[in-house]
Amino acid sequence: MEDVNIVEQITLSDYKYGFISDIENDTAPKGLSEDTIRFISEKKKEPKFMLDWRLKAYRYWLNMKEPKWANIKYPPIDYQDIYYYAAPKKAGEGPKSLEEVDPEIRNTFAKLGIPLAEQQKLAGIAVDAVLDSVSVATTFKDKLSELGIIFCSMSDALQNHPELVEKYLGTVVPSTDNYFAALNSAVFSDGSFCFIPKGVRCPMELSTYFRINAKSSGQFERTLIVAEEGAYVSYLEGCSAPMRDENQLHAAVVELIAEKNAEIKYSTVQNWYPGDKEGKGGIYNFVTKRGMCRGDNSKISWTQVETGSAITWKYPGCILKGDNSVGEFYSVALTNNYQQADTGTKMMHIGKNTKSRIVSKGISAGKSQNSYRGLVSVNTKATNSRNYSQCDSLLIGDKCGAHTFPYIDIGNKSSVVEHEATTSKISDDIIFYCNQRGISTEDAVGLIVNGYAKEVLNQLPMEFAVEAQKLLAISLEGSVG
Amino acid sequence: MSILKIENLKVNVNGNQILKGINFEVKSGEIHAIMGPNGSGKSTLANVLAGREDYTVTEGKVTYMGKNLFDMPSEVRAREGIFLAFQYPVEIPGVSNANFMRTALNELRKFRNEEPLDAMDFLQLMREKAKLVEIDKTFLNRSVNEGFSGGEKKRNEIFQMAMLQPKLAILDETDSGLDIDALKIVANGVNKLSNENNAFVVITHYQRLLDYIIPDFVHVLYKGQIVKSGTKKLALELEEKGYDWIKKEIDV
Repeated sequence: MEDVNIVEQITLSDYKYGFISDIENDTAPKGLSEDTIRFISEKKKEPKFMLDWRLKAYRYWLNMKEPKWANIKYPPIDYQDIYYYAAPKKAGEGPKSLEEVDPEIRNTFAKLGIPLAEQQKLAGIAVDAVLDSVSVATTFKDKLSELGIIFCSMSDALQNHPELVEKYLGTVVPSTDNYFAALNSAVFSDGSFCFIPKGVRCPMELSTYFRINAKSSGQFERTLIVAEEGAYVSYLEGCSAPMRDENQLHAAVVELIAEKNAEIKYSTVQNWYPGDKEGKGGIYNFVTKRGMCRGDNSKISWTQVETGSAITWKYPGCILKGDNSVGEFYSVALTNNYQQADTGTKMMHIGKNTKSRIVSKGISAGKSQNSYRGLVSVNTKATNSRNYSQCDSLLIGDKCGAHTFPYIDIGNKSSVVEHEATTSKISDDIIFYCNQRGISTEDAVGLIVNGYAKEVLNQLPMEFAVEAQKLLAISLEGSVG
Repeated sequence: MSILKIENLKVNVNGNQILKGINFEVKSGEIHAIMGPNGSGKSTLANVLAGREDYTVTEGKVTYMGKNLFDMPSEVRAREGIFLAFQYPVEIPGVSNANFMRTALNELRKFRNEEPLDAMDFLQLMREKAKLVEIDKTFLNRSVNEGFSGGEKKRNEIFQMAMLQPKLAILDETDSGLDIDALKIVANGVNKLSNENNAFVVITHYQRLLDYIIPDFVHVLYKGQIVKSGTKKLALELEEKGYDWIKKEIDV
């Protein structure tokens, strides 16, 4: 009985970050065609190879079918009813300092509590802020460039370092990889580019805030991170979108490349608008994230805290090509109301003695459906490889669902793959026990959820972990039984 | 001073009347024992007083420290000083005993407009109270009741009680499933906490706990009513004659 109450109360909690900022858009006409792609490429003054690459992806995409295997349901997406490009108008001239940034945009970030000013220096975070499609402000470039680190928007990278983009783009996620990756390759608007040269340890966490803003504009981010031999970088991605009624399509691609002895840590806190309590609206999030441990002894670690989106389709993975390379995936996926998440990881062991570790914590509340889907494949030549997977599910109430789809494919006898799974429930007995010790139901749920997610939250950089912890609490707010 | 006053309390569970008019009063400094055969309504009484939701109060009045108990949700009752030592303490995976107790204690302090306890003072308090019930220090970092033996769980209840210093502690069959050593530890904890400003309601099926916790009053609950009240002597009489003696007397 108390559970029912909790569920209802959770359902009543509103999305905290719902507001729309009013910024004039320079928008491409609705719909997808070669003309749209040429418009985007021209707007961004891209080199020819980029346009050719986009068109090739588009032509391939035309013959592809939307994947249907995921455990999610949604009405058909009309790809001709979407704006594929929207840029803040003033971006044409390009702001020279933070003061020149559109005050509306600065307000938007302020409302989200994003420190986009001098505080950043104190916080030690360089922010490449993306509002809709074009980068608005980039800081810390000077300090980073002293070390030879390139951290800029994808658009800037295409202007200033086209040879690097051409060399690495699509080498981990080819433009033909899957339906949504092909779509992204054709129309991607902007994103982050990050290059850490040989032997350099990036001295600060690199951070980007993405935000969907213009009405009905799909967001197609493209991020590329390259760590050369012996380099290290920790990259943070945080999201929050304004409230609206229509569904919005989001199909991002993230590619990571780690050369010999390099390490990339990629952390995400995802809080796209999840739709209202009746399941109306919300972001459709179809993301392809993949890292390639190309060199020996390299390491790629994904950490994600997913609380938003009406639909999440996302499997950040690692191709462990170099010998002794290590892949990690730490995930908390929280679904509430009518949210649906089909998320997990792919660990592909190709090199010898490769190791992977998967820790997935699903939290389902309301009438949501939460699925873990994971693939661990070990190549015949990937001898002495190891994988450890732990998939836990936590249920709040009795109207939600948790599902686990682990795929395991082992090609040699010297490798060891372990999989553990648990399912638990926040019962009314636990809630009453907490109440009887003076802890309110809301605080009790927060305490339990944070305890449950601790192993993953601990992987996040400190300030991000605090934010993630708050986000989990906000997402379950109003759970007073 | 009156801490708890129960008048004509009637309670339904799933449409069945379990408590059929309970009356008794607990004053500060007193220890009351409630005894009775299985199914007589002992645990229902404990749960209703603590504010569990599956119970419907159909009639009667309960006054706690001069206030209507039923006006307060269970967490407020806890903050006002009511503590229930559970018959079956639950496991809370992922939440350490230390974190759990700190949250509970600070809620209590906030309610009293006191500053939260700082980490050092809190740790010291935990260690001190853990000694009282002879709990190992390492237990503080373990998840609440997870993987605890039955005896450890019960000792943890008494430990939590010592931490929170309630005004009114209700022990719901805390002695069940305990060996004699654990029973002595639990009883010792209660005796050390008992003073002239607080009160205890000890619910038990057996007399043996009352060898260590000496009650001022003993009430016999049978078929949802208190059918007999007396002193410690009544408990001994029950031990000797068994519940059949009461049943016979009442059912006639």
